[in-house]
This record gives sequence, C-alpha cells and structure tokens, in this order.
Amino acid sequence: MMTKSMDHGGAAANAALDKFYRLYAAIGFLPIILLGLILVFAIFVPHFLVLPNVLNVLRSSSYLVILAVGQMLVLMVGGFDLSVGAVVALTSVSSALVMAGLKAQIPDHPALIVLAGVLAGLGCGFLVGLVNGLCVAFMSVSPFMVTLGTASIATGSALLLTNGIPVYGMPVGYVDGFGRGLWFKLPSAVYLAIAIVAVVFLLQNFTRMGRYIVAIGGNLQAAVVSGVPTRFYLVTAYVLCSVFASLSGLALTAQIGSGQAAINSQLTLESIAAAVIAGVSLKGGVGRVEMVALGALFLLILTNAMDLLTIDPRIQTIFLGVIVVLAVALDELSTRRTKRV
Amino acid sequence: MIESSQATPPRTAQAAHGDLLLEMTGISKRFPGVLALNDVDFDLRAGEVHVLFGENGAGKSTLINIIAGAFAPDAGEFKFRGRSLVRLRPHAARIMGISPVFQEFSLVPELTVEENLFLGRELGAAGFLNHAAMRAKARSVIGELGFDILPDQKVGELSRAHQQMVEIAKAFLTEVRLLILDEPTASLTEAETQNLFALVNRLKSAGVGIIYVSHRIQEFQKIGDRITVLRDGRKITTVKSGDVSESELVELMTGRKVGVLFPSIAHRPTEKLLEVDDVTLADGMARNVSFYVRAGEITGIAGLVGCGKSEIVRAVYGLEAVAAGTIRVRGEKMAVRPTPIEMLRHGVCYFPSDRVAEGLALGRPVRENASMAALDLPTFSQMRVLRRASERRAIQAIIHKLKLRPPQIERTVGKLSGGNRQKVLLSRGMTRDISVFLFDEPTVGIDVGAKIEVYELMKSLVAEGAAIVLVSSELPEVMNLSNRLYVMHRSQIVAELSGTDINETEILSHFFRERRFEDGPAPASSAMAT
Repeated sequence: MMTKSMDHGGAAANAALDKFYRLYAAIGFLPIILLGLILVFAIFVPHFLVLPNVLNVLRSSSYLVILAVGQMLVLMVGGFDLSVGAVVALTSVSSALVMAGLKAQIPDHPALIVLAGVLAGLGCGFLVGLVNGLCVAFMSVSPFMVTLGTASIATGSALLLTNGIPVYGMPVGYVDGFGRGLWFKLPSAVYLAIAIVAVVFLLQNFTRMGRYIVAIGGNLQAAVVSGVPTRFYLVTAYVLCSVFASLSGLALTAQIGSGQAAINSQLTLESIAAAVIAGVSLKGGVGRVEMVALGALFLLILTNAMDLLTIDPRIQTIFLGVIVVLAVALDELSTRRTKRV
Repeated sequence: MIESSQATPPRTAQAAHGDLLLEMTGISKRFPGVLALNDVDFDLRAGEVHVLFGENGAGKSTLINIIAGAFAPDAGEFKFRGRSLVRLRPHAARIMGISPVFQEFSLVPELTVEENLFLGRELGAAGFLNHAAMRAKARSVIGELGFDILPDQKVGELSRAHQQMVEIAKAFLTEVRLLILDEPTASLTEAETQNLFALVNRLKSAGVGIIYVSHRIQEFQKIGDRITVLRDGRKITTVKSGDVSESELVELMTGRKVGVLFPSIAHRPTEKLLEVDDVTLADGMARNVSFYVRAGEITGIAGLVGCGKSEIVRAVYGLEAVAAGTIRVRGEKMAVRPTPIEMLRHGVCYFPSDRVAEGLALGRPVRENASMAALDLPTFSQMRVLRRASERRAIQAIIHKLKLRPPQIERTVGKLSGGNRQKVLLSRGMTRDISVFLFDEPTVGIDVGAKIEVYELMKSLVAEGAAIVLVSSELPEVMNLSNRLYVMHRSQIVAELSGTDINETEILSHFFRERRFEDGPAPASSAMAT
C-alpha cells in the first residue's frame, strides 16, 4: 500500500502524513480526545461541569493515576502486574486492622496509630512487589503467572484477615483530614497523585534508572551486555509498582473510612487500560508518565459521564473491556505500521 | 562521510607492540546439550589483528562472549595483561578496556544514538544524568570515527549499516585496549568498509589488540596478522595470514577437502516450477524482486544479513505480507497473499532457518513433528480423525531414508542434536508430494557430518527432479551447490550468475556495491535475465 501511494506521485501527501505522525509521536491523540470529551460532556451531560462533580472525578482519578503510573513502570520493563488490585485490597485491610487494633491500646496517640497503619500497608505492598520482582528477575518466571499467583495470595489473605467484613475504627482525623479532606480546595489524593507523577517524571527523564527501564524493556540482552544491572532494576520496577498500589490503597481506604477486602475488583484491568490508552507498549520500552496520568483521567471521565447518564454499571464493565481490547489492538497496529529499513 | 584518515586517532591505551595482551589456555564452555568450546587456547598481542575463523556454531561467538565477560568459562585460564580474570562481567570488561562490537547489536531501538552509546556508563552524579556532557562526548567520538550519524537520532529508525556504526562507536567511548569486531563489514558498503580498515590500522599502530571475526577470507587476509581456525568447539590451528591459501582455509574450517564437502550435482534443469514476478513486500524488505526456479537444479540466493533474501522466500510461502507482484507455481497464478497450506498443496515447502523458533515443537516426538504439515492427507487422517498406525509406518520409512540417528520416531525432538533436528524438519518435505523446496540457511548450527548429509539429500532431490531454492549466508555453500545464483543487495536482486561467474570475487563485488548503483541497471556482465 506504501508503493501505491508513491506511484500516484503522493510525495506531498506522504510528507503531510509524516508530519502528522511526528506530531502524533510528540503529543499523541490522547490530550486532544480528552479535551473533546470534556467539551462534549460539559454541553450534553447534566451536572458534569459542576464543582462537586469535578472534585469527585479528580479524587477518584487520582487513585487510578497512582496505580497506572506503577503499572507503566512494570509494562516498560516488558512485564505486567496483575496483582495491583489485590495489593490495594490487602493494604486497605492491613492498615485498617493495625489502626483499629492500636486505637484500643493507645487511644491518645493518633499520629502514632496512623504511622503504624500506613507502614503496615506499605509493608504489604513492598513485600508483594519484592516477591513479584524476585521471581521475574531471578527465576525468569512469566510475570503473568507470578503476579496472578501473588494476586490470589494477597486477595486470599485480605479475606482471611477480615472474613470479608469491613474493618472500621480508624482515627477520625485520618479519615476526615486526609481521606475526605480538601487541601487548598482540592482533594488530598490529587496532591499525592501529582507528587508521584512528578517524581516518576524526574526519574524517567533525568536519571539513570529511567534510561535503564527503557533499555531493559527495549532490548534486555543489549542492557545486559552494556553492563546494566538488569535484575536490580527489574525488581525495583515491580517493588515501585506495588508500593504505588499500596499508596493508592491507603488513600482510598481513608476516603471510604473502612478497610475492605473487596475494595474494587476492576482496578487491575483499569490500571493496565489507562497505561495502554496512554501509549505504553505491552512489548516494553515505551511509556510516558504524563500521558499515563491523562489516560487514567480519560477513563474516569468516561465512567463518570456514564454514571451521570445512569448507564447500568454492568454495561459500563462491558464498555471498559471493549476500550481495553481496542487500545491493545491499536497499539499492535501502530507498531506494525512502523517501517523497517 | 568525513575522511577518517585525516581525523586524529581515537583515544587508546598505549602499549608496546608485541606485548601479550590476552592469554587464554584450555578454555571450555558447555551449554545444555553442546560442548561449545573444548580446551581452546587463544592469545592476542598488542598492535595485532587476530582473525577468528570458523563455520557458524564453531564456537567463535562463545569465545568472544567469554572475552567480553558475557559468559563465564567452565574451565581454563583467562589472563588479560598478565592478570588472571575470574567471574568477569561485561561492565568490568569494558572498564578494563575490552570493547566488543557484536554482530547481534547490543542496541536498544527505543533509545537515541547518544543514549545507546552511554548505556550502562552514563555521565552524571548521584543517579542524575549530565545531558550536556554526554552530548558533547558523543559528538566528539562520532566525529573522530568519521561516521555520519547524529546523537539524537533514534536507533530503531536507523538503517542496519548505521546501527553498525553506533555499535562500533559504542566501543570507543572508553579507552580501548582490546577491540572485538564480530563480522563488522556484514552490512557496510565498500567505502564504509575502507574507512573501517583505515580505523583498524590506526588502532593497530596505537597498540590496540583486535580480534576480528569474519567469514570473508579475502577481506581478513588483507587486514589480519594471524588466523585461528575453530571447528566444532575445538581450536584446529593458528596460522600466519598469507601462509595459507583460500582453499586451505576452507578445508581447515570444514575439515574436508572442498570437493568432498560439496557433492558434485548434475543439474538438469527442465520446466520452471516457481516464478516470482516483480514482488514487493509490504515492509519493503524486498522490492521488485523477480526470479524463477526450475525443476532439476539448485537455485541459490546469496546476500548480506538483512538484504531480504530470507524474507522473499518466506513471502513465497505466505509468511511475509506481499504488497505487489505475482507468484506462479507451475504457471498457475497464486493468490496475492498465499497461505502455507495453499503452497503445500501446490507442492511448495519452506524450511525455516530458525528451527527452534519456527520449525519444530521441541517437546513433541519426531513422528508428530514430521507429519505436522501433512495431516490433511489420507495417509495421516480420514474424516479429520488421525490414522496413527499409518502415520507411524509412513514416518518410520522417511526417517530411515534420512538416516536419523537413532532412528526412533517417538523420541522428543528437543533431545536431538542440531543435525538430527534438521533431518526431522526435512522429513516434513517427504510426507507429501513436494516439488519445490525452499531452504533458508539449511546448515546453520549443524556439524560438518550432518552438513554433508543435507547436501547429499539435496543432490538426490535434484536428481529426482525437484526444484531447490537455497538461501544461505555461507558463501562456499551457495557457490558450490548452486546451478544459478541470484545476489541480493539492499532488498533487490542485483545479479543473476551462472557457470564460472559463480565465484567469490564476483559475488562479493555485488555485495559491496555502492548506494548509487541501487536504482541503476545491473552491470552488463551480469545483467538480469528478465
């Protein structure tokens, strides 16, 4: 098909197409589509562009942004993490249990209680990420199986710890001040998400680690012979992903006000979807954190609009699946388009 | 390209000429199923070009990988500048001045030239990168080498020749004491090759030791000082360059007299079985390619790595997307995008070069692998139900004919040697009525004994009136077996040779043609038949 367009003297058209692709590579479709979507919803969806709803969208997208950024790191090293949703649940349960338990013993030290709870939650995330990373890096087990396995372990543990019953009893300040609080008129989770995106942005663009993550996902063998400590960075990517999932879980738990083992079964799929929509390649080596943040926002805006239009949540689930399949197919098509020289 | 001999020599370590730089004794390395290196001695002096010569799978790449620190030897002593090295890592090797330039590029396509150059040894402090310093250093190294590449180009978008330059530049980022060049000219033009040789000579006079891996006898006899020949993981001998002739070297490499290795095949070409007319592939790996294949002869296709010779036969079999052109089998026009089953039914079978990735199911028995492409035939199934007894009889007979050792059809293919695996793959062509055999690098990674058997099989196939297409990077192989030989260069067929024109000088002259010839007509002496 390429030769045909050249036969018809389409050099100008080709140049325009080239320019278009370069522009596409630089910004991508996503910001444009996102803007268009916001515009359309603002006009046609009632209550979309009102302050409480905007804050709601920002808050709920923050949790997904944090998750998707971690997922992006793992996708970039050529793996993927199916355990993020389970880590959120395990973090939620363990942090709430620790806080509730300590509240009975040291009711006068809320700060200490919160610290212990947060550490317990992050510890769970760290542990799961470490197991994921070590298995992938040192035993060369498929990331699919490892993270599916650890997801099952984490979900099972969360259910076992709580019998499926929500855990109440976290300090009031934690729930109202952090979880549901507005700092400078914005939900607290937004700041957390912005901080994480900023840190990962610095990591990607200005540090060795950012470059090594691209190298590992782009050509593992090249990274090895170039002296990159590939195993260390593989483990680091998985640990960061899980720890980010924990952070997301902590913020979500504080907002809900209770630790829940069945916190949101769709989070893993949504995190991968947000990353893929943002152009992160499932083959590794390609991904930009600022785009991933927009990808998460995109998904949440869609969901929110469907909620406002009172579309059946079951239909929304189907819709999410369709979006994921489309995004992956487009990713595959765009890599196939690239010419080989 | 900047005239490189004018440039100042790249930064190199000063060492007196003739000092022993590298000393390896009794090196052995075993991989699951193969002894890749068996008690090999090797040494390199400062200011010397030491050529490593051998067939694919002889152990050359294992040896240079050990020197570069990518593999650890199982046994033997490895001394660099008088120091014994154990547990060498690639990173440490580079710091010591051992710079490998691999044939399989150690480049990350998603990163830029500059990012690739510095991969694993970025400049900066506390994990943060110093972009300005790296850009300046990258520019100066590329400038010294006289390469026309830009630091901010993405490597994945470069041509193979330019990627080769990045790979070479990578070796010069640090002080070089020992340079390993693995088939460095495989994708360079004549001018680029001359530049590289000038560079090698400058390095030699600066006291750098160079290990030069190459298949091209005429090329390395010009540039090499000593030649070490490896065969089947053993060191055969080390000779001074110029002391041995070309045919002696081929004999040393293969362990056979040239006449014994390659059977004399009586080509009796009859009708055209396969005609490829003006075919262009969707990814541009082959452009406007036309050739034909006759019954009773071997038609060779030679060319450099990445020239498209493998892609075109894959396209004939329906494994690569065809954008334009026609493919005819026995005069019958095939679909624009043929499928493998369609081609099999028309008597065309493709034998992939990568037997592990594309050819065989390693965990399954010989019998299943052999019958895989013929299960639709009545011998093997009726009404979609397998006829296992009939299958066993048929495959047993074929395996007997191919001399598989041991002749057990229930053995899993993964337990077989390279030569035996190739026979299992070939048996697939015997299970149905195949008249056009497309061989893609049929002797890669198999020992000399098995090679001779593969050649003998080709001979008997041709005698029975089959048409064979032989795609090979091994020049002696295509030269000695082909009745007619097509040469491909940069996605196009640039010559069709026959008779006495099939010789190394003639073929290499087409390998090395300059870019300006690319769109022009082929030289009159070897004009295309069409």
